[in-house]
Amino acid sequence: MNKAGERLFNGLVKENPTFVLMLGMCPTLAVTTSAMNGLGMGLTTMVVLALSNLIISLLRNIIPNRVRIPAFIVIIASFVTAVQLLLQAYIPALNKSLGVYIPLIVVNCIILGRAESYAYSNPAIASLFDGLGMGLGFTFALTCIGAVRELLGAGELFGFALMPDSFVPIRIFGQAPGAFFVLAALVALQNYIKNVRKKAGKSYEKIGSGCSEDCMNCSEKGCTRRFYDESVQAAAGKGER
Amino acid sequence: MSGLFKVSSNPHIRSRVATNGLMAAVVIALMPAAGFGIYNFGPRALAVYAVTIASTLLTEYFFGLYKKKQTITDMSAVVTGLLLALNLPVTIPLWMAALGGVFAILVVKMLFGGLGQNFMNPALAARCFLLISFPTAMTAFECDAYTGATPLAALKAGEAVNVLDMVIGRTAGTIGETSVFAILAGACILILLGVIDLRIPGSYIATFVLFVGIFGGHGFHPAYLAAHLSGGGLMLGAFFMATDYVTRPITIRGQYVYGIVLGLLTGIFRIFGPGAEGVSYAIILGNLLVPLIEKYTKPAAFGYEKGGKRREK
Repeated sequence: MNKAGERLFNGLVKENPTFVLMLGMCPTLAVTTSAMNGLGMGLTTMVVLALSNLIISLLRNIIPNRVRIPAFIVIIASFVTAVQLLLQAYIPALNKSLGVYIPLIVVNCIILGRAESYAYSNPAIASLFDGLGMGLGFTFALTCIGAVRELLGAGELFGFALMPDSFVPIRIFGQAPGAFFVLAALVALQNYIKNVRKKAGKSYEKIGSGCSEDCMNCSEKGCTRRFYDESVQAAAGKGER
Repeated sequence: MSGLFKVSSNPHIRSRVATNGLMAAVVIALMPAAGFGIYNFGPRALAVYAVTIASTLLTEYFFGLYKKKQTITDMSAVVTGLLLALNLPVTIPLWMAALGGVFAILVVKMLFGGLGQNFMNPALAARCFLLISFPTAMTAFECDAYTGATPLAALKAGEAVNVLDMVIGRTAGTIGETSVFAILAGACILILLGVIDLRIPGSYIATFVLFVGIFGGHGFHPAYLAAHLSGGGLMLGAFFMATDYVTRPITIRGQYVYGIVLGLLTGIFRIFGPGAEGVSYAIILGNLLVPLIEKYTKPAAFGYEKGGKRREK
């Protein structure tokens, strides 16, 4: 598997931001009242994520380490503003239904997390595909949650009535508690599938990343596990430097 | 079960009382209210009981099969099913009642680790789930026997209510909540058997009366207070659901605090909230506060002063 493909797979399945990393929960729970909202939110985030990853990766040798977070935020906020203006101009209905959650993409922890853990230390093309993969994973998750909630809470899918007339919508799925139920159920489902695959010897934990479980001597920079390990080491052994 | 008990230093008290005995006592104590429900609302009430109890039992059974650890014999599913049925209007579509039973056992109880681990009263959580999901069906109190609003809704709208009818239970409402007589008869059974005591119901009802007297806008007018006390789910909630062993505080001072919190919440919901009822939400919110209450009302251990300092000799 080449680098770009590996990054896409990583974002969609292995480190799916919603189902595995559990990042960006605020928009995940708030806007997924329908499949369309989930899809719109996911795609909007994906555009911002991919472009900000690309720019941050290109500028990674210029941005000083100590002010990197404000620099990331400035770049991300610029893209979010641009995307919001585009949405207002071309898809006003989606802009209205997503409301305040579009400007809030600036503080979406997936975007900042990928900038910090991947784009800041990896080449531009790989970073772009990392952003695309993560964005696709986010879109996929949000659309799934939105579809289940819309189907149970309103009997529709993408606005088309699917259920028979006798179906009584279970309103709670359209409201905040329903988001938690559906998210939990979907995470449980995908963990179940993962466990079944693991038992069958088809675990994809190690595909592509060449992980030898030895983070100290590992050259794989984009590894999330390494990122966390390094931060622990930095906190524990400051005296070494 | 042997590995599950909390270990503490001896001496230990040995008791013959087991979970299924306690649960059977609760079922027996609910019989007057359940029987009055059938008398008051007709045989359809019986169908609702059957559906909810069957759905809770089946859910518990199948989850036990999946987990290879069967807990159905502790009778708690029967209590949950019966309590849920008593909290539903008689006109509810039966599949909704069944869905409520599944939700109560599967989501609220079993997914959190089974009886003893549930952080909320399963029957009440299921009632709130149904209330949010199907607001029309859950507040359709018009049936063959009664038309028009529940007494509490009438009271909130400023209309006159017949307190005597409310005490006997000849009013609209959910199946088991209408008759104060029948509920108190059941509560007496539980108190005499030593299953519950008056700490939580007493502090709950006293706080609620004070709150309604001060903020209700009618002062301490006896008829108004009596109507509030016998209306809605207050009696059923105070004696049968607030006293649930799993979701109440275990410390004695904590139980008083819990009762006061419930009284305040119920009063706030009933007087200032948009709806007429408030007991269900008050109790499940109170359930969430229980760990906090227990933390701050933990009694000092023997030989220690308050605050955990070793006592000087």
